[in-house]
Amino acid sequence: MTSLIETTDLTRILHETVPVTLVRNVTLSIGEREFVAVTGPSGSGKSSLLYLLGLLDRPTAGTISVRGRDAEPMSERERAATRLANIGFVFQFHFLLPEFTARQNVEIPMRKLARLTRAEMRERATALLSSLGLEDHLHKRPDQLSGGQRQRVAVARALANDPPLILADEPTGSLDSKSSEQVFAILEALVNERGKTVVAVTHDLDMAARMHRRIHLVDGRISEEEGAKPGL
Amino acid sequence: MHLILDIAWTHIAGRGRQTIVAMVGVAVGVGFSIAMAALMQGGQDDFVRQLVDTMPHVEVSDEQRSARRQPAEDVFEVAAISGLRPRDDRRGIINPTAAQSWLEEWIPGRFAARLNAEGVIRYSGREVGAVVIGIDPEREASVSPIVEDFREGSFDALTAGGNNVVIGDTMASRLGAGLGDTITAVSSEGLTRNFKIVGLFHTGTTARDEGEAYVLQKNAQILSNRPNAINRISIKLDDPNAAPTIARRVEAELGYKAVAWQEANESILEALVVRNIIMYTVVAAIMLVAGFGIFNIISTITHEKARDIAIMKSLGFSEADMRRLFVLEGLAIGAAGSLLGWALGFSITYALSLVHFEIAATGQEMTRLPIAWSMLHYLIATASAVGSAAVAGYLPARRAAHLNPVDIIRGAT
Repeated sequence: MTSLIETTDLTRILHETVPVTLVRNVTLSIGEREFVAVTGPSGSGKSSLLYLLGLLDRPTAGTISVRGRDAEPMSERERAATRLANIGFVFQFHFLLPEFTARQNVEIPMRKLARLTRAEMRERATALLSSLGLEDHLHKRPDQLSGGQRQRVAVARALANDPPLILADEPTGSLDSKSSEQVFAILEALVNERGKTVVAVTHDLDMAARMHRRIHLVDGRISEEEGAKPGL
Repeated sequence: MHLILDIAWTHIAGRGRQTIVAMVGVAVGVGFSIAMAALMQGGQDDFVRQLVDTMPHVEVSDEQRSARRQPAEDVFEVAAISGLRPRDDRRGIINPTAAQSWLEEWIPGRFAARLNAEGVIRYSGREVGAVVIGIDPEREASVSPIVEDFREGSFDALTAGGNNVVIGDTMASRLGAGLGDTITAVSSEGLTRNFKIVGLFHTGTTARDEGEAYVLQKNAQILSNRPNAINRISIKLDDPNAAPTIARRVEAELGYKAVAWQEANESILEALVVRNIIMYTVVAAIMLVAGFGIFNIISTITHEKARDIAIMKSLGFSEADMRRLFVLEGLAIGAAGSLLGWALGFSITYALSLVHFEIAATGQEMTRLPIAWSMLHYLIATASAVGSAAVAGYLPARRAAHLNPVDIIRGAT
């Protein structure tokens, strides 16, 4: 199995009045078509690890490589370009741009990447939203959608450029149980049907138990890792 | 870029009232700058035009800026000479015909030679100090607008020959003389000659209207006992702006002082430059204030949109994209305000151009404010507005670009 993202001794220290170690010597390898849960108590460094994996933050020590390419020497622009083409983010709160409609929000990463024509972008955004059951809400702005619908739009946006890796930071954390189940099913389908790799931070241990692999963090360290990588 | 424009537009449109206030700030700045520049440039152009029309563009006189090199300076290595005076006070341009021919050979323009003689004009017991100017009327008319300034009689009457004179109307009234009266001119050499007044002019310049008398050159030469002498050559150039260059060459070649109209009016022209500096400083201050308005709105937007900045960065927008976005917003407000300012500036300028007023001094002329319609004023005002908008947008844009998305996302979750 090809490794999609690898870290070696990844450490992130927040240099404040008293330095805080968010992530400590994390070494892991995540391959294609994996469905990985990152669990742990609050403050254990789950989200921090996710931001490091998504190249949103820079490690204090250690290395990250995306598809075999070391991220350390990358410029800010290269890291942005890598995110744009290879990584889709889904946050606990939808984080959609409020002035744009659902379809426009999904089109934004595509327009930034500029690989498709405008008509193709529109078609792809419509198809993505429809596949997530939002075909009747294409022209609604985020404030006209329910929490679950917004989160599904956020998933569609994360998939806009067809990235191999989806990083989800408590994607069901702000949803009711029904919507949570819907969003989980979508993420599961991304792995099983679309061949994506999903790394999701979650507090929900039941949900984590349904994923392929679980990485448990305590105080920024991997304290426990269970579940098999598919194909191993 | 189209995407950045779309996002910029949503930000600006989302803050309609604030955007309009910032735009109006820029528009007022640009509008008043344009109107002020039009008025001041118009006044300056009008003033310079009067100078150029009424004065010779280059005047060569028989004076020298510095004394000729003295033989002692050639003999001794160190020689100090002071208090030099001309040997003969009755100066004049040596070999004037050759000098004039040489000038006419290479200078594109019109020429008139003069003999200015200091003297006194007498009439029925009254005396007025005057410069008696000996001229060739035809040539003088080609370099001086005095022909058009006659209240009574005409300049042409001088051409008829004889002992005729034209004087300023103020001098005539001080003497109590009128058209057809005979006055007596007394030169500084003590020679006298009678002249018949054949014309009264009014140039509007007091010194000329009460102190100048024009006679035929021959008569002035007889009166001052300087046969065939002239001491001034007036040149009206086809291109008045070439005056300094031509004056320098004439002075270098002829050895006589040649004064360009710009040099003769140096202090006035300097005052105009100072006036322009003051004007553009005021314009810059207005634009600075308008810039604060833009800075304020862009700062507010970047503050309010911090979360959106984090989202966009997480999607793959770079710091440069963020900078571009907010600078563009500043520029858009600046550009839109400038366009409004163009309309405002045009309206104010047009309104000013319609203002009529009567000059009290003459009591007869209806005149308008001098206005200069120039695209340059619009471009300068726009450039300074857009420039200040770019700076006003750049400062918060830079801050926005450096925002750490992780901090914002953590803060939001």
